[in-house]
Amino acid sequence: MNVFTLGFVAAVLIALAPVLLAALGGALCARVGVFNIGLEGQMLLGCFTAVAVSAKTGSALLGVAAAVVAGVLTAVILAVGSIRLRADPIVLAIGTNLLAVGLTGFLLRSLLGTSGTYSSPDLSGLGRLGDTWIGRVPVLGDVFASSSWVVVLSLLLVPALAFFLARHPAGLRLRGIGENPDAARSLGVNVNGYQQAAVLVAGGLCGLAGAQLALGNVQLFSEQMTAGRGWVAVVAVMLGRGRPGLVLAASVVFGAAEAFGFRLQGLGLPQQATDAAPYVITLIALIATSARWRRRPAAEPLPEPTAGSAVEPTGGAR
Amino acid sequence: MATLAPERRTTAEAAKGVARRAVTGAALPALVASFAVGAIVLLSAGTNPLTGYEALFRGILLDTNLPYLAAAFAPILGMAVSFAIPLRMGEFNLGGDGQLVLGGITAAAVAIAIPDAGLAGYALAALAGAAAAALWAYLAVPLARFGRVPVIISTLLLGFPAVSFASYLARYPLTDKGTGIPQTPRLPDAMHLPSLPASAYVNLGLVVAVLILVAYWIVDARTATGLDLRTLGANLRFGEYVGINLNRRTSGALAASGAIAGLTGALIVAGPPYRFIDGALVAPGYTFTGVTVALIASGRPAGLLAGAMLFTALQVGGTGMERDVGIPRQLTAIIQASVVITFVLIVAVQAYRAKTRAGAR
Repeated sequence: MNVFTLGFVAAVLIALAPVLLAALGGALCARVGVFNIGLEGQMLLGCFTAVAVSAKTGSALLGVAAAVVAGVLTAVILAVGSIRLRADPIVLAIGTNLLAVGLTGFLLRSLLGTSGTYSSPDLSGLGRLGDTWIGRVPVLGDVFASSSWVVVLSLLLVPALAFFLARHPAGLRLRGIGENPDAARSLGVNVNGYQQAAVLVAGGLCGLAGAQLALGNVQLFSEQMTAGRGWVAVVAVMLGRGRPGLVLAASVVFGAAEAFGFRLQGLGLPQQATDAAPYVITLIALIATSARWRRRPAAEPLPEPTAGSAVEPTGGAR
Repeated sequence: MATLAPERRTTAEAAKGVARRAVTGAALPALVASFAVGAIVLLSAGTNPLTGYEALFRGILLDTNLPYLAAAFAPILGMAVSFAIPLRMGEFNLGGDGQLVLGGITAAAVAIAIPDAGLAGYALAALAGAAAAALWAYLAVPLARFGRVPVIISTLLLGFPAVSFASYLARYPLTDKGTGIPQTPRLPDAMHLPSLPASAYVNLGLVVAVLILVAYWIVDARTATGLDLRTLGANLRFGEYVGINLNRRTSGALAASGAIAGLTGALIVAGPPYRFIDGALVAPGYTFTGVTVALIASGRPAGLLAGAMLFTALQVGGTGMERDVGIPRQLTAIIQASVVITFVLIVAVQAYRAKTRAGAR
């Protein structure tokens, strides 16, 4: 089995896209000083809404749009509750994640009339780029063969968000709030407004992530199908220290783990082992990067930066 | 970028608010509001809320459902105590599902290995299950200490491989060959938890769950450990300042939390149908019902008892409602989540009002 084929890259791309989208939203929140752990529930509601709307209207695009709206609406609870009303953000996020599980389970039965997994020929999925003119382009056609336009968008969002944070005035204010909200407030920056906006944008991105998962990666909805991807995204934000490029690198680790897991399944390994692989690898990545991190504050002169380690955490941790 | 550092302090301080503020004033309004949310969901699904709620309460009060009520109460109470212990010091263990199944499968494995040991042997098996789950929950401590991963995230992520591992064991090495169902063989009769006079579903597990609560009550209210945990929950920095060993208390709280989750799993396995079935421990949602109970009780023992009763009733009633009038029982999950959400919102609004009132004076 050759792992490093273009086909494997294509598999990694679709596996990482949902995590990446959610993680970019999480990164935006992190940079503005909000620890957002509500990504999982927003993604799950995105999955369901995308599938339900696509099945009822026959339009994948409407499904995606509705999923984004659903993500934003769910995020409203977090944005208004934790930032405006100053309610406990962690408990609120636990609540919205639970709400998503309950609501999607309820609506799956009452709206789509089934339990467990819903899939139907009425369901219009996101098209594969391999079926368009891109599929005839050498290399690129193979890499993006099973991707949808949402996957490409997720990749394009990485430099876009990096540019926004680094160069745009709003990005600068946003980072300023993250570093010191009181200082930002004294300069007349609308701290609550920026934080709420970031949470809402993250909600939209999670909805988009859900749409890609349910209409792109597969074409079905099954209960709790996000299976912790929203939490992996939270970890990706932490591994990437809120920097889009590093968040992408962290998402690649997860995507590769999942794609590799699928390959191993093809070799006859039990599904349970490959199911667990992405989480185990995510945790190992956390330990590996943090072990390196521990050595940094030592009084000795800092070692030369390890070449090619994309998830090397940068300084200024405390 | 201080805010990005996944310091456990942020989690702890966030939880502090819940652990400290009074509950009684917010729990009841939250419950009322959540039933209103449920009514809106029913209406939008084209059902008369009165039909739904009538069936729900009929499901709770129906005599024939009483054994189910009692059977669901023990695991919910167990998981509520499990979540409450770290919550008391401002920490979150969201990996309850993983610890629950790890406890269940370990107990089943040990019991299968010593089939002739009887109930005492099963006690040993249950202890092994508790130990395995405690160790798994404890893993979050080194991850937090050396990796700065918040406990809330590491516990949750550790849950997935645990559930997969138990599922693997129930399908391959420990499977009951010939049934084709992912389950372990039936435990020998001597290891079944003895039933109380009421019914086969009401067994020794209920007694054990209540004893766990009593033990938690005593530790929380009457020991230095309990005081330490509550002090850390009220103000982490103050707790460290007065010399509480944070690392030791976090380790202990998480290990105890995992142990109780594992023990709960072992108790479920030794009740009907007397085996570990893949998915059977996770599907009823004991873990997150326990989380809901512990959150709105702020981890207080008396609140856990009342909350576990209430939410057990709701869960069993939901099953009855689904059977009687065909409304999906997930409605109760929606109500549960709404209770959590409206509860923290009400607490926040009350705190804000108290502050402005104090400011006006």
